[in-house]
Amino acid sequence: MTAPPAVRRDRSAVSGGRSGSLAWLVVPALLVFVVFAVVPLFGVLYLSFTRWNGISTDIQLDGLNAWKAVLADPQLPHSLLVTFEIMALSWVAQTPLSVLLGVFLAGSQRYRGVLAVVFFIPLLLSSAAIAITWKALLDPNFGLGAGLGVPLLQQDWLGREGLAVAVVVFIVSWQYVPFHTLIYQGGVRQIPRSMYEAAELDGAGRVRQFFSITLPQLKYTIITSSTLMVVGSLTFFDLIFVLTAGGPGDATRVLALDMYKRGFMANLMGPASVIAVILVLVGLLLALVLRRLGGTDPNESMLEGA
Amino acid sequence: MATTATHTVSEHGARPVAGGTGRVARLARWNWLGGLSGWIWLVVVMLPIYWIVISSFKSQSNFFATKPLAPPQEWSLAAYRLVIDSDFARYFVNSVAVTIGAVIPAVVISFMAAFAIVRGGNGLFLRFSNGLFLMGLAIPLQAVIIPIYLIIIRMRMYDTLTGMILPSIAFAIPLSVLVLSNFIRDVPRELFESMRLDGCTEWGTMWRLAFPLTRPALVTVSIYNALQVWNNFLLPLILTQNPTKRTLPLALFEYQGQYGVNVPAILASVVLTTLPVLIFYAVGRRQLLAGLTAGFSK
Repeated sequence: MTAPPAVRRDRSAVSGGRSGSLAWLVVPALLVFVVFAVVPLFGVLYLSFTRWNGISTDIQLDGLNAWKAVLADPQLPHSLLVTFEIMALSWVAQTPLSVLLGVFLAGSQRYRGVLAVVFFIPLLLSSAAIAITWKALLDPNFGLGAGLGVPLLQQDWLGREGLAVAVVVFIVSWQYVPFHTLIYQGGVRQIPRSMYEAAELDGAGRVRQFFSITLPQLKYTIITSSTLMVVGSLTFFDLIFVLTAGGPGDATRVLALDMYKRGFMANLMGPASVIAVILVLVGLLLALVLRRLGGTDPNESMLEGA
Repeated sequence: MATTATHTVSEHGARPVAGGTGRVARLARWNWLGGLSGWIWLVVVMLPIYWIVISSFKSQSNFFATKPLAPPQEWSLAAYRLVIDSDFARYFVNSVAVTIGAVIPAVVISFMAAFAIVRGGNGLFLRFSNGLFLMGLAIPLQAVIIPIYLIIIRMRMYDTLTGMILPSIAFAIPLSVLVLSNFIRDVPRELFESMRLDGCTEWGTMWRLAFPLTRPALVTVSIYNALQVWNNFLLPLILTQNPTKRTLPLALFEYQGQYGVNVPAILASVVLTTLPVLIFYAVGRRQLLAGLTAGFSK
């Protein structure tokens, strides 16, 4: 463990005003991060003012044309609407369930351990695998409903507009409820026991305890979880791409998918970059709004954006 | 999904948390609603998984003939054989290579950066770097995929595994630095001090003191990143065209198109791609769940 004594003097000398000496350790991470995350962030803004087909090496400045084209296109409000619809519905579907399950799983009965093992499996699967599974399962001709012969289950789940959105929301919940349950479970375990004891002495019932202690105490957990849900929902690309490819029609064409279709299918990288910039802005805006809602939380500095 | 971050340290047994479980158990006794939804949700989660597994062992004709929820009359490996004959091994190797190739460098350089941020004093450069990494948590990969595509083409790395590895590393860095620096910050100052008095350089202190003490966080972060990289679909979709460079999630998507109505084969491919993660889950469930909420632990 010990280094040669010669070094000792150096170190104590440096220790006083040392600071720059370690800075180089950041450089490798900084370099990769700047090249593949920061530069692209500015790059996408730049590309939104250009014309490029994604194939040739010819990228021309094009002024505001891409912006004008996208903002005038009725596809944009539609994509925004679908994005917010899926965002809102998946929040409504997931939050109460996750709170409930989180509180439940924070308990210690043994069978919960067994339950938990299976419970978290969806977190491990890729969105592509999940989408493929559900697509096969919901297939009106070869899926589970057809096999069981129950007409109600035999609908063309992904072929009808309203249903397709509902199915996306359901599958999103299937995938992410375990994750948010985990967050709430952690939140519940941090609530001081004494609060419940005091409430019990005051004669508060269990339901009352839940609403007067558990929920208010979970405030920051709710904000964290909601931020992740809301901001995360902007990036449901893989799932929807594999499941419906934005269909039927444009019923599930969320922003991320709209970007992909314009850029990599229609070869219009300019307009696609415009959508990407909008995606970033919407995400930042939502994160800021949710932060405001929550006031200041000592933990929050480390949660931002995520 | 994007990420992570909460107060679930107790779950991973890193630190005890006030309260313990006695109170919660009492709280939960009345919670029949939670219990009920717990079991219902369990069925909702189990059903598709059960269905994938049994169906993947049916022969194609058997699949249409038997009841969907009944186990196969005769277990058939035909679907698995078909998947394995469709270059599965190659995609698997690609996925392993990309995952290992991204996670190890990402964690090592993030650890070095985190160490510098915690131990390097209050210099402008380090504070700026830290701020930049924090901001990075808010950048979604999708939103910057077009410039990444352009950069990868210009670097002549289109259709290479390296082309997928580099952006994967970049997007693993923010959260890794965050979690690791929080962890290094918890190492008692006196330990650093005694290392210094022993004449150890900062470089030596980093590897011989901070690295071993940070091991739980390193494992957690590695697992989290590995899962993200393993399951990534967008990078291979955008950055490869050559089938020999595909990773598993994209291969799955292609299998699905290729097998058409051969449902057992499609499902077998899903099982095969997920199996490594499930085996991992069986071995280290705690670590893995800890990894999933990595950013949240204080």
